[in-house]
This record gives sequence, C-alpha cells and structure tokens, in this order.
Amino acid sequence: MHSSAVFLIEFGAIILGLGLLGRLAGRLKFSPIPLYLLAGLAFGEGGLLPLGASEEFVAIGAEIGVILLLLMLGLEYTASDLVGNLKTQYPAGLVDGALNALPGAAMALLLGWGPVAAVVLAGVTWISSSGVIAKVLGDLGRLGNRETPVVLSILVLEDLAMAVYLPIITALLAGAGLAAGSLTLAIALGVAGLVLFLAVRYGRLISRFVSSDDPEKLLLVVLGLTLLVAGVAQQLQVSAAVGAFLVGIALSGEAAEGAHNLLSPLRDLFAAVFFVFFGLHTDPSSIPPVLLPALALAVVTAGTKIATGYWAARRAGISVKGRWRAGGTLVARGEFSIVIAGLAVSAGIEPSLGPLATAYVLLLVIIGPLTARYTEPIASLLTRRFRPAAAASATGAATGADAGAAVGTPGPRESFEDQPTPVGDATSRHS
Amino acid sequence: MPATRMSRTPLPGIGVRYDLTTREDRHLSVVAGRDGTRVLNTYSRDDPDECSLSVRLTPNESEALIDALMPSHHSPSLLSTTDLGLVAERIELGASALWNGRLLGDTRMRTETGVSIVAVLRRADAIPSPGPDFRLAGGDTLIVIGTREGVDAAALILERE
Repeated sequence: MHSSAVFLIEFGAIILGLGLLGRLAGRLKFSPIPLYLLAGLAFGEGGLLPLGASEEFVAIGAEIGVILLLLMLGLEYTASDLVGNLKTQYPAGLVDGALNALPGAAMALLLGWGPVAAVVLAGVTWISSSGVIAKVLGDLGRLGNRETPVVLSILVLEDLAMAVYLPIITALLAGAGLAAGSLTLAIALGVAGLVLFLAVRYGRLISRFVSSDDPEKLLLVVLGLTLLVAGVAQQLQVSAAVGAFLVGIALSGEAAEGAHNLLSPLRDLFAAVFFVFFGLHTDPSSIPPVLLPALALAVVTAGTKIATGYWAARRAGISVKGRWRAGGTLVARGEFSIVIAGLAVSAGIEPSLGPLATAYVLLLVIIGPLTARYTEPIASLLTRRFRPAAAASATGAATGADAGAAVGTPGPRESFEDQPTPVGDATSRHS
Repeated sequence: MPATRMSRTPLPGIGVRYDLTTREDRHLSVVAGRDGTRVLNTYSRDDPDECSLSVRLTPNESEALIDALMPSHHSPSLLSTTDLGLVAERIELGASALWNGRLLGDTRMRTETGVSIVAVLRRADAIPSPGPDFRLAGGDTLIVIGTREGVDAAALILERE
C-alpha cells in the first residue's frame, strides 16, 4: 500500500508541524490560529509543497473540525443562558450586529463582489472570537471584572445569531431563490426555536439519555449524535454547523461537562486541521492584492467593536475605564470568521474572499489581544490630555464613579444578577 | 448579625462569579469556572470595576484555602500542635482505589499505622466513628488522626489501586 504510506507521512507531518507551531504560539503567549493559517498558506496551492494523498482526508477533517467547534460552543452555554441573555441584552446584540456587520458588507459591495459575498463578509467582520477573548480575559486577570459579563453576553448573542445567520448563508451560497431561501430560513428558525424550547424544558431528559458513566460510551454517543444531526441539518440545507451547535445547546449538566472534557482534544485536532485546510485552499500570491482592503477593514471594525463594547458597558452602568476595556476586549476575530469564509470558499463564490478573510483574521487575531490590553490606558491618557475638550462633551459619568449608581436605563445591572443568596454554611463543597 | 450575602453573576461559557462585600466595604469575588478552577479577585477602592489582584487556584489549592479560611474547629490542622505531635487529615478515596466497596476492617489501618479514622464524609453527610464492618466507597473522604508518620502511611494504604 504505497499510497497509504504516503498519506501517513503527509498527514503525520502536518499534525507534527501543527504541534510544534502550537508550542511556539504557547511560548509567545499567542493564539495558535494565525500560525495554523500560515502553515496552510505555506503549503498547498501555490505554496512550497503541494499535498496529494492526504488532501481528501484533510477536507473531511476540516468539516468535522467546524462541526466540533460549533458543538463545543453549544456545550459552553445552557439554553437558559441563551434565552436569558437574549431577553436582557438584545439591544447590545443589535448594536453589535449593526456596527460590525455593515462595514464588511460595505467593503464587499465597494469591491464589486455582489450581494452574496457582502452577506458573507458581513458575518466575517461581525462575529468576535469567543475562544481568543475568553483566553485573553483569563490571561489579563479580568475574569472578575465588572465589565466581563457585558463582554460575555455580547459573545453569547453573537453565537446565537450564528444559528440564524449560518442557514441564511447556506441558502444564499446554494443559490436558492427567495422562496426556497425563505423556506430554509423558516425551517432553520423553527428547528432552532424548537431545540431551545426542548432544551429549556426537557434538557435534563436529553442529557440523561446521553449521559453515561463510561467515558468511551459517552464519547461515541455524543459524537455520533452530533455528526448525525449535523448531517441531517446539512441535508435540510440548514448547515451542519448549526445542527452541531444545537446539539451542544440541548446537552446540559453532567453530560455536557463530560462531553466537553472528552471532546476538547478532538476539537483541538480537527479545528487545527480546519485552519490548515482553509490556508491550503488560499493561494498565498492572492493575499497581497487584498492586503489593503483587509487592513482598512481591520482598522474600521476594530474601531466599531470598541464602540460596541463601550456602548454596551455604558448601558450596564460600568465606569468609563471599564467601558474602554470592554471595547478593546471584543476586537479579536478568529475561528468563526474563518468558518463563515470557509463556507463561501467551498461554495466557490468570489475567489478573493478567502484571501481577504485570511488576511483580516490574521490581523485581528494578533491585534485583538493588544487592544484588549492597551485600549483603556491609551484612552485614559488621551482623555487626560484633552480634559478640557472631554469636559465639554457630555459623556456623563465621571471616571471612577460608583457604577452601582443607576445610569439612566432602568436597572440594567439587576438583569445580570440574581437575588443575592445568603451564604449560610459551606456544606456544598465538593471534593 | 445578618447572614453574609453573596451575589451570583453568571458568566456564560466560563462559570459563575460570586461577589462578597465585607463589613469594611471591600469587594471580593470568586470566579468559579466549570472545570473546577477558581479565580480569587480583589478590587481596589479607586476603580471598583477592575480586579487589583486575580489569582487562579487549582481545586486542591482552593480546598487548602477553604480550610485556612474556615473557623478553627473545621481546620484539619487543629491537632498539629508540636506538643501533641498529632495531626488530623482528610484523605480521599479514589474511584479506582483498591478499597472501593471493601470493608474498613480489611484495610487493617489501625494495626498497620496506629491512626484512628474518626469520621467518613460521604457526599453531604458525615458518618462518625465508622466500625470495622463499615463499607467504603469511592469518593469517600476519611478523617484520619494520628502521628505524622502514621497518617502518611495511612494515606499510602488508602491510595492503593
């Protein structure tokens, strides 16, 4: 079996290379995503070393990678998280969508790529990277900060929006007409609504069905169920990724916890394969022509994300410093921008879209952690320098004002917090 | 003196944040990650939104910290005074332990090490002074009292797979 030997050598080399890159990223305290993308760019079409035998497997692995990414995202949240956030934070979600999706759409139209590409690029610039952001928050020691729930709830809403957005994209890319597209969307929304409802009402039962003390069985059941649902969703033109996301939402409690631990390594492997695959299908020589639009888009949408975070934090009664921090934290884009662009690339619309998305994500995945760190100090410095001007503009709350004080909007802070619970005895300790 | 009140804030995708405001009006919070990690945060007075200190704790470190924070009668090191030469410790029985499902008498703990098992903590309740016919189960926590060497030996016995 000569070809299988070649396949093993190729695929092994890819995985080993990714592992080494991941270690390098860890040492640099960086997200490994840009390195994986660059690795993909370096090989494949127009790169140093075209891959042959493992091409097909990498393509399937990439698809599984997307499914696992979305499944894990769904596992992160409970259905009540989603519904609760939707109820209290939807204005922030709308502002976020409007401010960040429109620049992408505008850029695609400016470049003359047509409406479908515009919708795709809107998604690329809209969705922040929850993975990168969660890690940055932990690294900067900001998990306990008051603005953190605001940042997280925006991420939740974006992820929920993905469940609606991906079916639309899938329908558009499939070239469905208005009637067929609307039907698809109706099905998608109906299914998503139904799953959310079932998960809120009967989440325990679903989880009990899946739950198993034996890790092996749990792994097989969850993975099998996810792939099956993803396949059916794909067949219904709803998009496999959304099916996987909904499976993740439907699982809660112990089953979700166990599945999360078991599937993490699998997700890491296949997601890395997915990023490489995306890079493989992007010709490095096609990046320089789109570098300027990508840079412009990165600068504009970094600004709009900062504005979004600032606005949402202000709405939640956070002081000025916290608002800048929230804004800067939201800038990073990553895996999901690539997922969205990947759908477009495999559908074969606008050939420059892939390279543009690649360049854009590379820029923002690197800039994002920096804006998270430095937006607030820089903004504080500037406002101090232009203090007279700032005093003239009526931004309202003074720096360091007690954020507990109501800020116009009726008690937004209560929406985040349950009633304080009296803590009597600490018997609820687990070992 | 009313009960101390802690407020909960869900952090979707990460866990829950518990906030405590002390009588001296200082803020503390604990972010409870769903993977069992805990992050302890304190806030400075001049920017109440930002953590001035944020320390990540492993589950074991959290345990140790809880023991240190508990009023003294909960402290496992209650007896570890030099003049007594005795220590009390919690030893957890893993699910894969040899003694999972066996009798306490089978461990021959007292004969081998000279320690006493004063209680077994199982889920939310404690069984005081378990006899030799007490059946152990994985996940039990044994409260063991004895000399330093004895307790260490007892831990080795209980850790057998």
